[in-house]
Amino acid sequence: MKHGKRISLAGMLLGLLALVALAGPGAVAVAQEPIKIGVIQPLSGPVAASGNFVANGARIGADWVNERGGVLGRKIQLVIEDNKSDPKEAVTAAEKLIVRDKVPAIIGAWGSSMTLAAMPVVAKHGVPLLVETSSSIKITKQGNPWVFRISPPSEMEAAGLEKVLAQDLKIMNTDFLAVNTDWGRGAVGAFGDVLKKYGGKLHAVEYLDQAATDMYAQLTKIKNSPADWIMVTTDVGQIALILKQAAELGIKKKILTTGGSSAPNKLITLAGPAAEASYHIVIFLPWFPEAMPDAALAKRFVDEWNKRGLPFEGLTESFRGHDAVFTLAKAIEIAGKAEPTAIRDALKKVTWTGLNGPIKFDHEGQSWPSIYMIQIREGKITLPPFMRRS
Amino acid sequence: MDTLLQHLLNGIILGGTYALLGIGLTLIFGIMNVVNFAHGEFYTLGAFAAYFFLALLGVNFYVGVAAAIVAGVLIGALCERFVLRPLQGENIDTVMLVMIGVWIFMQNTELLIWGGIPQSIPHPFSPRPLIVGPLHVNSIRIFVFVVAFCLIGASHLAIQRTKLGKAMRATFQDREAAALMGVNIHRIHTVTFAFGSGLAAAAGALLGPIFLVYPSMGDLAALKAFSVVIMGGLGNFMGATFGGLMLGVAESLGAGYISSGYKDGIGFIMIIFVLLFRPAGLFGRAQRIG
Repeated sequence: MKHGKRISLAGMLLGLLALVALAGPGAVAVAQEPIKIGVIQPLSGPVAASGNFVANGARIGADWVNERGGVLGRKIQLVIEDNKSDPKEAVTAAEKLIVRDKVPAIIGAWGSSMTLAAMPVVAKHGVPLLVETSSSIKITKQGNPWVFRISPPSEMEAAGLEKVLAQDLKIMNTDFLAVNTDWGRGAVGAFGDVLKKYGGKLHAVEYLDQAATDMYAQLTKIKNSPADWIMVTTDVGQIALILKQAAELGIKKKILTTGGSSAPNKLITLAGPAAEASYHIVIFLPWFPEAMPDAALAKRFVDEWNKRGLPFEGLTESFRGHDAVFTLAKAIEIAGKAEPTAIRDALKKVTWTGLNGPIKFDHEGQSWPSIYMIQIREGKITLPPFMRRS
Repeated sequence: MDTLLQHLLNGIILGGTYALLGIGLTLIFGIMNVVNFAHGEFYTLGAFAAYFFLALLGVNFYVGVAAAIVAGVLIGALCERFVLRPLQGENIDTVMLVMIGVWIFMQNTELLIWGGIPQSIPHPFSPRPLIVGPLHVNSIRIFVFVVAFCLIGASHLAIQRTKLGKAMRATFQDREAAALMGVNIHRIHTVTFAFGSGLAAAAGALLGPIFLVYPSMGDLAALKAFSVVIMGGLGNFMGATFGGLMLGVAESLGAGYISSGYKDGIGFIMIIFVLLFRPAGLFGRAQRIG
């Protein structure tokens, strides 16, 4: 009997130990568990090039954060989901990240239509969404308190370059060829308003489907308009096709692409001589890192990107992934915990200089990035003279 | 007037490639009774094979395109032998589901091998347009149009004039009777599917150098192929040819005079009208003949 009592006492002690062992590590292990950050990008489909660039930029951002010891002593782990260039998939990706992976914040979703589709999902669950690329003005005007954006809406792009458009490039009569999404339509509206403001005029306005490859019909109409400029808003794959097909149809108008998705180096590869003399609005200057607000950071990012063997043309978009990851990392530090509401409130206090420039969110969750323009001349990227004075 | 002519020219050239896609599918869908959802993937396969031979291996352009077509034929034959033959006699819906599976499998395999980033294929044609009066046309597009029509003509001759073609038509009119006549129906099925897939791969290999190559490029192509087949009448070779041309011209004129943003929707609006007024297709007859 004494033997049994001792055993049962030992058993009780063992049981107690087991209970502590089960409950305890819960509190201890969490401190070493990585902080997951969701990333939704188009990794397949027509705009897959851009999505992959941003995702790789985010990976560099995460690696650099972790090299410095992570956030709150924990490493950052990116959970990257593919939205297949489709707004419906963006919704699915957001649900999966929030419900299954329980991420406290999401970066995404590249395309304006995809981001707009995911916004109700993050609002429903209360998870902050850091928008890194989308340009539709609707994203920050819907009053969704969970949405923050570091990329410029088309209105900001147009306003930021108004002087350049009116006085340096002297665009008085232009056609517009835009992708038929929230992004493209928004750009037409935004630039159209700025044109009207300084007395310019929009002539032929044509749209193309995101997956379209043959733009002859639209370009034939544009050819017949009296305008001497064409403004183009779509991603690099379609811009390349548009440049080639415009040359094939004998169109001699000057071309300006907006939206920062032109990846000019890829354009030179894909379109060759058809890209000559075209202007491109970009948000990052990987060819002239010394011209960026934080020149040292820009140079380091470009070097790391090249070291990883990633295509140089991706640098015009990938910086967004890096800036987004760092912005969230700083927000989590300020918040003191990886919890959605705390991160949301902390984002309002974040202020630092990223690859593009100063990042600080206004009352609508919009940050105010710098806008740049380059020109392709003789197969090389050049900084136009009017850009150099600023 | 010039604009109208340019639109028409654009439309006819585009239509030639739609016709090529449509004929491949009408053989498979109309004659073999297989709802081939993977047809667009053979188009993509042809484009990626052309990319592999031309951009990666640097082979001569014409040899590379021919090699890409051969690749389409071979993979089509393999697909029929190992996926479709075991399903012979099954319900049409079962086969349709299996072909959807093949579609998903092929597209994701391509995504895995090549990645999602669009690629371009080099070609020896000048990027500067040929100018005929007020019309501009690119030499590679003329090449594509000519080749497409040669392939269409050759296919027509093959089906109508050769013994193999006769065997194909016989098999699909009445399998049992054809088997009794000594036709090897298994071989005919394989040949037909490989033939149709080869035509789709040809369209992909020809269009790849004009446009860009990426794994999901076949989705829109497949839908247009179905439009062409339905408009032309299932199994109707001539119907698919004219259907393809009509779709190309309608899209071009529609985009030029109605709305460019919704150009790709025109094909589907056309299907709706055709099905409302002539359900067997514009050229179709009530029964399916080869």
